Amino acid sequence: MNPVRRKRLILIGLMVAGIAIAVGFALNAFNQNLMFFYAPSEVVAGDAPVDHPFRLGGLVTKGSVQRLPNGLTTRFQVTDMAKTVTVEYTGILPDLFREGQGIVAHGKLNTHGVFIADEVLAKHDENYMPPEVADALMKSKTGKPANGTAGTAP
Amino acid sequence: MIPELGHFALILALCLAIVQSVFPLVGSLNRTPSWVAMARPLAYGQFVFLAIAFAALVYAFLSDDFSVLYVAQNGNTELPTIYKVSAVWGAHEGSLLLWVFILSAWMIAVAAFTRSLPEVMVARVLSVMGMISIGFLSFLLFTSNPFARIFPAPLQGGELNPLLQDFGLAVHPPMLYMGYVGMSVAFSFAIAALIGGKLDTAWARWSRPWTLVAWMFLSIGIVLGSWWAYYELGWGGWWFWDPVENASFMPWLAGTALVHSLAVTEKRGAFKRWTVLLALLAFSLSLMGTFLVRSGVLTSVHAFASDPARGMFILAFLMIVIGGSLFLYALRAPGISRGGGFGILSRETLLLGNNLLLIVITSLVLLGTLAPLLYDAFDWGKISVGFPWFNSMFVTFTPLMILLMGAAPLTRWKHQDGGELLRQLRLALLISVVAGVIVALPFAAGTWSAGLAVGLSMWLLTTLLTSAWRRLRHRGGIRAIIADFASRGGRSYYGMWFAHLGVAVFVIGVTFVTQFDVEKDVRMSPAQEIVVNGYRFRFDGVSPHEGPNYLAQRGTVHVSRNGREVAVLHPEKRTYKVQTRPMTEAGIDASLFRDIYVSLGEPLDGGDWALRLYYKPMVRWIWLGGLLMAFGGLLAASDPRYRLRMLAKLSGKAAPADPLTAGGQA
Repeated sequence: MNPVRRKRLILIGLMVAGIAIAVGFALNAFNQNLMFFYAPSEVVAGDAPVDHPFRLGGLVTKGSVQRLPNGLTTRFQVTDMAKTVTVEYTGILPDLFREGQGIVAHGKLNTHGVFIADEVLAKHDENYMPPEVADALMKSKTGKPANGTAGTAP
Repeated sequence: MIPELGHFALILALCLAIVQSVFPLVGSLNRTPSWVAMARPLAYGQFVFLAIAFAALVYAFLSDDFSVLYVAQNGNTELPTIYKVSAVWGAHEGSLLLWVFILSAWMIAVAAFTRSLPEVMVARVLSVMGMISIGFLSFLLFTSNPFARIFPAPLQGGELNPLLQDFGLAVHPPMLYMGYVGMSVAFSFAIAALIGGKLDTAWARWSRPWTLVAWMFLSIGIVLGSWWAYYELGWGGWWFWDPVENASFMPWLAGTALVHSLAVTEKRGAFKRWTVLLALLAFSLSLMGTFLVRSGVLTSVHAFASDPARGMFILAFLMIVIGGSLFLYALRAPGISRGGGFGILSRETLLLGNNLLLIVITSLVLLGTLAPLLYDAFDWGKISVGFPWFNSMFVTFTPLMILLMGAAPLTRWKHQDGGELLRQLRLALLISVVAGVIVALPFAAGTWSAGLAVGLSMWLLTTLLTSAWRRLRHRGGIRAIIADFASRGGRSYYGMWFAHLGVAVFVIGVTFVTQFDVEKDVRMSPAQEIVVNGYRFRFDGVSPHEGPNYLAQRGTVHVSRNGREVAVLHPEKRTYKVQTRPMTEAGIDASLFRDIYVSLGEPLDGGDWALRLYYKPMVRWIWLGGLLMAFGGLLAASDPRYRLRMLAKLSGKAAPADPLTAGGQA
């Protein structure tokens, strides 16, 4: 092998090795940052992780939204029409947050089984239902998963 | 009548596109000059018919012709005129019409500004662009006709999504599409070169200015989108790692790699295969962006439609384009000659390193964007990738990239002596390390990440200054530099200079706003005062306010500092009359070094409101950096050496228009 080629080979080898290590780290971090989605029924059944954040979705139960006095903490219930989970969120709710509306919340369960949300999402379209929520609703209705494409409210 | 004319014009444009994709290409292969010569007139013809179609749709919106379904869905008599025009591309069908219209504009730009290129090459490039045009025109005509009628016609339209009723969003899609579609020129040049089997430095020189201009538009489009999200979504974020944002960011990353790789191919003849692959990749990612956004597989503000037929069409189209181009590449790659060799320490190596890093980042963004779809498809559960991951990944790779970025302009092509490079970089290195450490010390910012960011920005700045200083000495004085800048070549150097400066500015902005912003969500009663980061906010209640097509609750917030009034802000909570959805309009006091950002949350009992009070240091630097990068791209593309042959040909006549500005107006 001539020296120029060898040099180039070493160079490429070094670059590939460096990038492989970095990508390895990135993929490892990727696995830790995945947030799975759970429906209220799954949370009540104890399927959801206890110490790891996840996403919870469903409809906001009518009449359940309750504002704790003198602060920005809101407490409400999220349902998939089978089971409900209580959610607590401190902060400003999105414009489209309403009772009966489909939402997705990010957060963790506390020891009392209350979901402490650090983010609540309600999309900017009043006919829009987060696909996970629509799927979860279908599941609790029919007992089997509805495949895929949900763009509208039931 | 007018809409039918538009529809008819679209059909004619499709016919022309079919002819354009066949005859010039075949003519170039079997040496039939008359067929080759058809390329340009066909491109002009397509542009004319698409302009007619586009004008017809604009006219339908301006005249509130609700018998056209698309207008009935997105238009409204009460929309201000500017939003009637921008409503044309406010939803699926119209935005695709804009896409092909822009494609035809790029085509006539190619037809007009390539007089110096071999006719055969131009014919092939235009043929390939014609093929892309066929794909999009048939998509429009068969699945999403913007001119479809509705009977009976409604009396009033459904109105443009209020979120899109904004100047930033009126110009964001055209800019972004100029970038997306502009990548098709680099793609077509690459395919044309592969068809001819001749990839040389001339090919790189021809496609370089086009790629730079497309990249510039893409940068501006992304900056506009980010700026819009910041002031319009009402919670002060400027980038969310939303799949749709990623869809525009990935072609940008690949385009950035392509711009640099093209430079190596042009100057040194190296990296040819890599450059071709990047050109294919950049456009494929643009197409995938369109697919992701328009097919409805991703649900977000941007996903207008979830019609499976449309999704399947784009998917099939995507597979033909990517599969076909890679197949052609596989056929031709063995015949591509090797470029010049280079040593381990050389500018080529550093650029190669940066290229690899850019592609690694692109792949990771792609992974993060597609992973939820893959998990869903394989029934592994419904996931989302948290944006801490995207951030940490960025923080890992960007510093490496910036280190290389500082050194590369001072490194020689082919071979660089290590000791000499170190001597040149010594001062820059010293200054940046000292600056970084000082910032990281407790009495300054006190965080290591801020120190690192300032150090890296200083590194970019000082290396750029070193390089400018060396150029100054080499050229012999400031006047020579000005002459150099204004007329002769060297603009690609200054383009690089400004674009890299933009990166430094961007890094500073991102770091300061993420490290030192203060965000307070509070409950306020009228006349209550709250101090955030030294600024005193007095909430003076909310009163009703009427806009052209909305009603608003308008708050008044006085902001003062040290007893002096800084600003009076009027955040609004709007309800649009037709769509009745609430919209938050933030009140922002902007300045170069900090933004004061106030937005209304929701009314609470007793006249209280929930408010967001934000202090955002240096957030403007993020977009300023982006604009500097775009300016750098423009400057580099205007380097006269790309037009030398044309100038020589036209000497005696008036100097031709700059290909750039022409591309921009088209």
